[in-house]
Amino acid sequence: MTARLALQGVTKRYGETLANDAISLEVMPGEIVAVLGENGAGKSTLMKIVYGVVRPDAGRIFIDGREVGIDSPARARALGIAMVFQHFVLFDSLTLAENVALGLPPEPLAALSARMLELAQRYDLEVDPAKRVHDLSVGERQRVEILRALMTAPRLLILDEPTSVLKPQAIDRLFGTLERLAADGVSVLFISHKLDEIRRVTHRCAVLRGGRLVATVDPLKETEASLARLMIGADPPSIAAHESPPGDVALSVTGLDTTHATERQHWLHGLDLDVRRGEIVGIAGVSGNGQAALMAALSGEWLDVKGSVRLFGDDVTRAPTLRRRALGLRYVPEERLGHGAVTALSLLENVVLTRDALRRGGFVHANEARRLAARLIDRFAVRTTGPDATAGSLSGGNLQKFIVGREIEAQPLVLLVNQPTWGVDVGAAAAIRNELIALRKAGCAILVVSEDLDELFELSDRLFVMSKGRLSPGVRPGEISVQEVGRWMSGLWPQKELQE
Amino acid sequence: MTLPIALVPRVAPARAMQWASPLLAIVLTLLAGALLFALMGQDPLQGLKVFLWDPLATRRGWSELGLKSTPLILCAVGLAVCFRANVWNIGAEGQLIAGAIAGGGIALLATRDSTRMFVPAVLAAAALGGAAWAAITAWLRDRFNANEILVSLMLVYVAQLLLAWLVQGAWKDPEGFGFPQSKLFETAARMPIVLAGTRLNIGFMLALVAVAALWLMLGRMVIGFQLKVAGLAPPAARYAGFSERRLLWFALLLSGALAGLAGGLEAAGPIGQLTPTISPGYGFAAIIVAFVGRLHPVGIVFASFVMALFYIGGELAQSRLGLPSALTGVYQGLLLFFLLACDTLILYRPVWRRPIAGAR
Repeated sequence: MTARLALQGVTKRYGETLANDAISLEVMPGEIVAVLGENGAGKSTLMKIVYGVVRPDAGRIFIDGREVGIDSPARARALGIAMVFQHFVLFDSLTLAENVALGLPPEPLAALSARMLELAQRYDLEVDPAKRVHDLSVGERQRVEILRALMTAPRLLILDEPTSVLKPQAIDRLFGTLERLAADGVSVLFISHKLDEIRRVTHRCAVLRGGRLVATVDPLKETEASLARLMIGADPPSIAAHESPPGDVALSVTGLDTTHATERQHWLHGLDLDVRRGEIVGIAGVSGNGQAALMAALSGEWLDVKGSVRLFGDDVTRAPTLRRRALGLRYVPEERLGHGAVTALSLLENVVLTRDALRRGGFVHANEARRLAARLIDRFAVRTTGPDATAGSLSGGNLQKFIVGREIEAQPLVLLVNQPTWGVDVGAAAAIRNELIALRKAGCAILVVSEDLDELFELSDRLFVMSKGRLSPGVRPGEISVQEVGRWMSGLWPQKELQE
Repeated sequence: MTLPIALVPRVAPARAMQWASPLLAIVLTLLAGALLFALMGQDPLQGLKVFLWDPLATRRGWSELGLKSTPLILCAVGLAVCFRANVWNIGAEGQLIAGAIAGGGIALLATRDSTRMFVPAVLAAAALGGAAWAAITAWLRDRFNANEILVSLMLVYVAQLLLAWLVQGAWKDPEGFGFPQSKLFETAARMPIVLAGTRLNIGFMLALVAVAALWLMLGRMVIGFQLKVAGLAPPAARYAGFSERRLLWFALLLSGALAGLAGGLEAAGPIGQLTPTISPGYGFAAIIVAFVGRLHPVGIVFASFVMALFYIGGELAQSRLGLPSALTGVYQGLLLFFLLACDTLILYRPVWRRPIAGAR
């Protein structure tokens, strides 16, 4: 049988770094191949080469045995290749159906919407074609991306971390979909950091490290530890154990309600929540269920809310961000690019963003900021050229380490984190989680919003589930199964408060 | 049909191209300008010489360059502050006129016996007038979320009509033979000349002081940092806790005051009275200047010189070659056109299309 996709000696160099070093890889029809590697290992570059976004400096590409030059995504699509990007490429002001229509031959929108709904239903992708993209959360946007790729009926489907924002049940269904697609002869290239997923769904696993293909293995014959070792080249850092009882209430939310507001899609319906010192409270749920509104209300970015938010007893419901930060509250937003960091500005300037002391007396204290940025780069092992590198030049994981590091280094008393390790590789994710645990030990009250249930089970002392703007009763992770949390994500939690 | 050149997105914006682009745009403007002279039956080299070289051949020419670049610099640095913060103030022309009205109103109060204290009074009134005019835009945007592009632009025409109404009515010179203009300002209210025998006044010095101050503000100060963040990533500015409303007001009031100052300097400087046409479109030309100068105060000084040269060259081309003075506007348009085209190269890389193996 001829390979659906064959790469021979594909090489790409960016300045000093070899992003891809003579990579040769074959994907057979109907085969699901995982591409595994840390951030900066060259996975994304390789996928972009296959999808025609990046041109290789050397090497040959064959599709079904025929050598091809893929000079544009349009050419890739003509060859039957579809890709779901990790960073979304959707037009905010258009509806989902319009976004999908853009990549397809002309077709009446109504017919297209019907086809979309049909596909969405089959793969449990839960979308409304008439909605506009700017009203969607990250999770919903990703579902649109997957759906859009499937609409082209591809012969080779490339997925860049597709599962990071799906419910466990939806992941099962997606894997079912992938298996069905594979059975139909569609080849799948699957980028993931989640080793258990790779073991579950893929037939073969290509491990990249430092731009080289270090191994192609059968994931079933490997353990998660051995895969991690191949990927990192060393043993991954282990997660520290939980200990120490929580202390006084640091952050107290009562009756937080935003149903009067018109500007957000997802309203909060009278939330009550306490976070104590030395405690990590996790909030699970599919994004787009009010998490963004909750974070905005707690961080001070959204002041037009009802109910009350108290920090160590002080009512800060209407207090601006600066006042909350002065009281020790810090925040890591979900979106790194353009929210947690300004991509066009240097790391040095991005330190000044939330370090208010560096803005005292009307002047930006650049020298102090430079020293602090260098310290953060060093302490949190951020891979970059230095404090003058722009935030946009960092890979997703490295930028996340920098942003989380920036807030942790400020020794917060209360820390809000939305999706701490979204799109971050195993090594960096473990490092970030360890930092959170160390912070908890130091007495910080931490609120983590995440769609990664493994992460929440690993970190949280108490767990809540958010669905349609409401919060479930709190539970200890040991007292509930992942499947049960999955059911709660649809709002199906017991109506009576669980007694702790 | 495909062009032989394709534009490929760059991995990172080309820093060198950010400054090379305006230079390239100027060169292309001159080439297109030369072609324009040829089409109008002139020797292109002679045309360019009259347009660009002759104005700089004399000391007087240089002083005129400084004089004409003064309002351009003042308006453009103010606009740079706005544009950096994504506040699209298009109405510097109106703020300039409002400044001329306010400054001129004070200047008209001066008598033969007044002291030089009138000069700072005129300037202060001009700056306040411009700021007040911009405040209308700021308030409408802040209170009603009105689009500042439309509001500031429409206020230009209101200011023009207000000025016309004043010089044809209440402020009309009774001894002016019915011309729509005010009486000439007394010497006490006129801007002191800094270069004897020329028209160059203290305005140019003030413009350079403004450039230095804004350079410091935008490059080193917290307010400049906040404006930059708000312009590049509004969610990040909210995250940091910077007040969008405060930045909106600050940017508009500052640019309004600077444009108003420019208006006062024009009225109480080379013109010496209020007339219906205080400015040949300095406030609009300053938009082009701000972008050619890359929204950087020092870049704006050089861009202002180029634009001022177009104004003087246009006048010379009219008097010496008999060409229409609209040439100045055409040159301005060409410059903006080529700048926008060249700016594409900051984010995109031109490559020759080559045949691709396997492509049909």
